[in-house]
Order: sequence, then structure tokens, then C-alpha cells
Amino acid sequence: MAELKEAPAGASMAVKLTTWVDNRFPSAFQAYRDHMSEYYTPKNFNFWYFFGSLAMLVLVIQIVTGIFLTMHYKPDAAQAFASVEYIMREVPGGWLIRYMHSTGASAFFIVVYLHMYRGLIYGSYRKPRELVWIFGCAIFLCLMGEAFFGYLLPWGQMSYWGAQVIVNLFAAVPFIGEDLALLIRGDYVVGDATLNRFFAFHVIAVPLALLGLVVAHIFALHDVGSNNPDGVEIKAKKDARGIPLDGIPFHPYYSVHDTLGVAVFLLVFCAIMFFAPELGGYFLEYNNFIPADPLKTPAHIAPVWYFTPFYTMLRATTDQMTAVLSLIILLSTAWSVLNVRMAAFVKLVLVGAAVVVIALLGGLKAVFGLVGVSLPAYWLLTGFDAKFWGVVLMGGAVIILFFLPWLDNSPAKSIRYRPGWHKLVLAIFVVSFLILGYQGTQPAAPSGSMLERISQVCTLIYFGFFLLMPWWSRMGTFKPVPDRVTFEAH
Amino acid sequence: MKRLIACLLATLSIAAYAAGVGAPLDKFPKERVTDLAALQNGAKLFVNYCLNCHGATAMRYNRMTDIGLTEDQIKKNLLFASEKVGETMKAAIDPKQAREWFGSNPPDLSVVARSRAGNGGSGADYLYSYLRGFYRDDTKATGWDNLFFPSVAMPHVLWELQGQQRAVFVERADAHDPTKTAHVFSGFEPITAGTMSARDYDNAVADLVAFLQWMGEPAQNQRVRIGVWVMLFLAVFTVIAWRLNAAYWKDVK
Repeated sequence: MAELKEAPAGASMAVKLTTWVDNRFPSAFQAYRDHMSEYYTPKNFNFWYFFGSLAMLVLVIQIVTGIFLTMHYKPDAAQAFASVEYIMREVPGGWLIRYMHSTGASAFFIVVYLHMYRGLIYGSYRKPRELVWIFGCAIFLCLMGEAFFGYLLPWGQMSYWGAQVIVNLFAAVPFIGEDLALLIRGDYVVGDATLNRFFAFHVIAVPLALLGLVVAHIFALHDVGSNNPDGVEIKAKKDARGIPLDGIPFHPYYSVHDTLGVAVFLLVFCAIMFFAPELGGYFLEYNNFIPADPLKTPAHIAPVWYFTPFYTMLRATTDQMTAVLSLIILLSTAWSVLNVRMAAFVKLVLVGAAVVVIALLGGLKAVFGLVGVSLPAYWLLTGFDAKFWGVVLMGGAVIILFFLPWLDNSPAKSIRYRPGWHKLVLAIFVVSFLILGYQGTQPAAPSGSMLERISQVCTLIYFGFFLLMPWWSRMGTFKPVPDRVTFEAH
Repeated sequence: MKRLIACLLATLSIAAYAAGVGAPLDKFPKERVTDLAALQNGAKLFVNYCLNCHGATAMRYNRMTDIGLTEDQIKKNLLFASEKVGETMKAAIDPKQAREWFGSNPPDLSVVARSRAGNGGSGADYLYSYLRGFYRDDTKATGWDNLFFPSVAMPHVLWELQGQQRAVFVERADAHDPTKTAHVFSGFEPITAGTMSARDYDNAVADLVAFLQWMGEPAQNQRVRIGVWVMLFLAVFTVIAWRLNAAYWKDVK
């Protein structure tokens, strides 16, 4: 055991107490230094760097308000809807807690989407921050689960039918789908059993995973150090004491800086919460003020706004879409077999895999359809249902994010030093994502309509952005990356 | 890029067109929600005309102290003899009989004003239009139909106040398909007068809808009042945070 430190003679009570704790729990002091007072952060952070700390703030808001909501909410199909109204009316301050939680849910996604966009433009996922990014993607996945489970709890029409639609997606998985959906629901329709298990997932299972991942995300970040808008490694240039020349201690510089971010964020958050808590039906859907009715399907079932881009990808996956996907796989396999140098065995495996995927996508069916022959309905011939591939695309749209660190081959991390047209590519990607999001809030586009084609093109742009990144990201003329960060004193 | 923006705009305009079907909603006079006299009159109309068939099971009678009534006034004027002032508003009708008479159970009205929003107006706009949109139609089981809720199961409960009216429809050429004609509503025509003039009836319905809107979220006026103070506090806090930040960062060169 190490020697105990002694407080100097005549020291104040505070110093004595600190020394006493330091002797018994030194890792608390070490953690404070590692993560606050001696965590050296690049001094050139801009607007985009507020959203990490804001995501933490919203997480705390959600956990604290969630605890109070659980004290009054009843996870029971017969009482759930009424118990939410009970919170809104009878529980002192209940309306405020509930609105904080419902506004917080949407705010969480806004903040996290902007946080991810920051990573995208400044290459924050690049070596050595791959794990930081992967933990972040896992957090995003957990967040989607958390939001999905939580949305069933108010037990309104949208809660009920939204859950019904999403759980039914799992039924599209070949062979095991029906059993899988049954396992998730705990019943043949969404019911009391579903509500109870979703409540368990929402209040304990997912939040536990989420908190663990947040800790991993931050620890990994503080080990490798933050990236910055220039994409310059500040640890490459250190002073005599080993402190990065462009680094400043997180506390107090970024703690006061983030306090300003928090103040502005809370202005927006509270403006919505106090003056427009439904935000035009986007944060609280109007139909969700009708109690769940298993016998009455609403005419238009829309997920909450933060899921809509992915929902549109699902709806865009029709038979024509899977035919196009088959063609894309066919052409890209042919191209790589002809142009890429690899062993004959590898080529054989590649072609075999492509044939299987194309067959399962319904490629044969599409080809025979062109000449007017319909195949017998057997899955080996016709492939899986387009709905299943829609589910695959929807899931793949999130999973593909995990691979981003290995898809980007750009010599410069930050968009600042990449060719101008890379910004255009990024803009097209963002606009496509927004179009997908908007379309998901609207009733389904008629089959074969212009709107459906737009959603399909946007889906292809979304995936093309990532899958073609190994090529496009290294093309063009890059600007020289400076040795030190660019910073002008305030 | 320009093309993408054009596509985006096209998406928006088509969607906007698709949403604009049916008669446009009338605007509910919003200021009534903070007018205590209007809310009290609305409460009286609600208890006398709606509560026989519809419940408001999330709403306690004595919550109406928030709109300026005393418990005594509520007891004397708004309660059925057997009820207590702390109870919630239950429908007088037996749900089984309701199903037999109307084919469906009259929905609970606690949050009706919130659930009806989004169909081309706020929930209050919808209710304000709906309660003035009943017209005689002898082909329907109840003898009534509604312009904003076609084939509604509910008869016109307020007909003695409004009187009876008929809806006039005209056949108009479809702007998008010249081979078709559209069945377009052109206006109401009175058949018999009610006990109220048209203006008094609109006023009474506005009061009733104000009450429904308030009942959907009894804390709403308090929410806005507190919100103003919170915004003022945050504005001051933002200025302090801004100056504090500047004071620290002046060292960073």
C-alpha cells in the first residue's frame, strides 16, 4: 500500500477532507484529471462540437424524467392510456415531466443526428477513432430501440399500430419470421404481454446497455483524444511538458463553452416544450390521443419523424427495386471478376455468392417476368418477398454506418481539405436523406408513381454514398492539411 | 443540386395537394380558451348536451375550479344528483344501449380536441366546424349527416338551438380530369329556425369548443404562463453564460 498523504499543518477543513478522500479513493481524483482538468481538447472546436455534450444532457433529462414517469405510469393495456392522462392532469407537475420526456425523445434524435453529421464532415471516425465511432453507432442503434419500445407505452392508436407494423416486419424474415414475431409480441397481436415486455426493455434493459455504451464511447474518445474541424492530430505537436500545443484543458474552457451551448439549446427546447409540445403533430402524433383500438386500423400509420428515412427505404423496396438491386449486383460482380486481380477460387466464390443473392432477390423472377413467363411460387425460384429485402435495407442502412471507418479512403480527414465536389456529394446525400425522411411522414406513394421513384432513387443514393466511398473518397485534388489547427482568438 | 431541390419541391406540392380534400375547416376563435366566461358557458353546454352519451373519464368535476367556478357552483349546477364533486365525468348512457342505438360507443371526449388536429386545422377548428356542419339527410339512420364527418353515427344533438339546415352540393367539372364531374359543397340552406340566431349559435359552439380544448389539457394556460418566465430566465442565463465563456476564452491564444 502506498504511503498516506498528509495535509499540511494548519490546513483548512476542506483540504483535510480532500486529502482524507484522496488517500482512500484516489481513482476519483485520477478520473477527474483524465476526463476534465487534464483532458487536452483541441482549441478550434466550432458550432458542430456542441452536440456531444448536449446528447449527454438530453440523456440525463430522459433518465430523470423517466424515473418520475414510472412512478405513476401503469404498464397495463387496460390502464396505460388513462395513466398517461392521469400524469397530465392529477400528478402535480406531471404535465411538465411528461412533456420534458416527449420533447426530449425528439430532441435526442435531433442532437444525435447533428452529432453524427459532425463526425461525417470532419472524418472523426478515421484512425485511431474507429472504436469511438463504432460505440457511437451502437448507441444510435440502442437509441432507436429505446424510442421504439417507449413509443408503445402511451397506448394510443399510433403507439399500437406503429408497433404492430414494425413487429410484423420481423414476420417477413424467411422461415422463422412468424415465430420470431410471436416471440417479440408474446401474443398473436400486440397486446398486454407486448406492453409489459416493451416497458421492461424501455425502462431497464436498453437504458443499461445505453449507459454502458456511453461510458465506452467517452472513455475511448478520451484515450485517443478528440478530432477537430481541421482533422489535425493535436498530439503530434507537444510542448516540453508533453501537453499538445493546440490543446486546452476540457475544464474550465470547454465546460464553460458547453454551458453556453446548453443555454441556447434549452431556449429552443423550452420554447417547444412550453408553447408547442406537439410540434404540429411531429413530436406527439395527434392520432395517439385516441386510445389503442385493435379493431380499428388508422387510415395512415406513420412512424415518428426520426424513423421516417428508414421507413421510406422499406416502402421503396418493391419488386422493381429488388430487380434493380439484382442488376447492380450482377454488374458489379462482373466488373470485379473481369478487372480485379484475384485467385480463380476467390472469383468462383464471388460469382457463386452473387448468383445466390440475385436468385433470392428475385432476379430470376424479374428476368422471366420480362419475357412474360411467371415462375411457380417456390422460394428457390422466385426468391424472398420484396418486403423482407425492405427490412434488410432498413436494417442495413444503420448497420452500414459501422463500417464507415474502413470505407473512407480520403487522404484528408476533414471536409475542409477535400476536393470541392466532395461537399456536393455530401450535400446530395444529406438532401436524399431529408427527402426520405419527409416521404416517410406522408401516406405511401402509389405504386409506380413519380414519388415512389424518387424514394427509390434516394435509397440508392444513400447506399451508393457508402458503398462507392472507397472509390470516390480518394478521387480529386486535395488541399494541403496544415500541421497545426487553424484558430483565431475570440 | 437544382434538380434535387426541384424534386423536393415537387414532392412537397403533390403532398400538399393530396391533403387538401373536402370542405375547408372554419377557424375556431382561439382567444376563447383564456376567456373564463366562455369556458364556463362551454362547461354548462358540455354537461347538458354532451355528457349524456359521451364521458370525459380523465376529467374531474372539481378541476373546473381552474376556470373560475367554486365547488359549490359546480355541485349546484353541473352535477347529477348522485355524483360527488371529486368524481370524473362519466356518461349517463349505458354503453350497451349506446351500441344498440348508434352502432358504436360514443367516444370519450377527454382529449378529443387534441386527437382531431391535423386534418387541415387544429383540433378546435375541426370541432368548431363539425358542430356547425350537421345537415338533414333522410337517407341516414339518424336523419342527419355531417359535412366534416360523412355518415357520422351521432345525430345533431344541438338541433333545437341551431334549427335544421340542408347542404347544397353542385356538380362541377373536375379540374384534373375533364371527363369527370366533382360533387362539391356550395353552402348550407336553413329549413327551420332554431331557438338561437345563427350568430348566437356560432357563439355557443365556440364556447363549447373552448371548453373541449381546455379540457384536452387543463394545464395548457398554466403551461404558457410558466413558459414565459422560463424563457425570460433562460435569456438572462444565456447572456451570463456568453459573458462567462468570453471571460475564460480571452486567455486562449
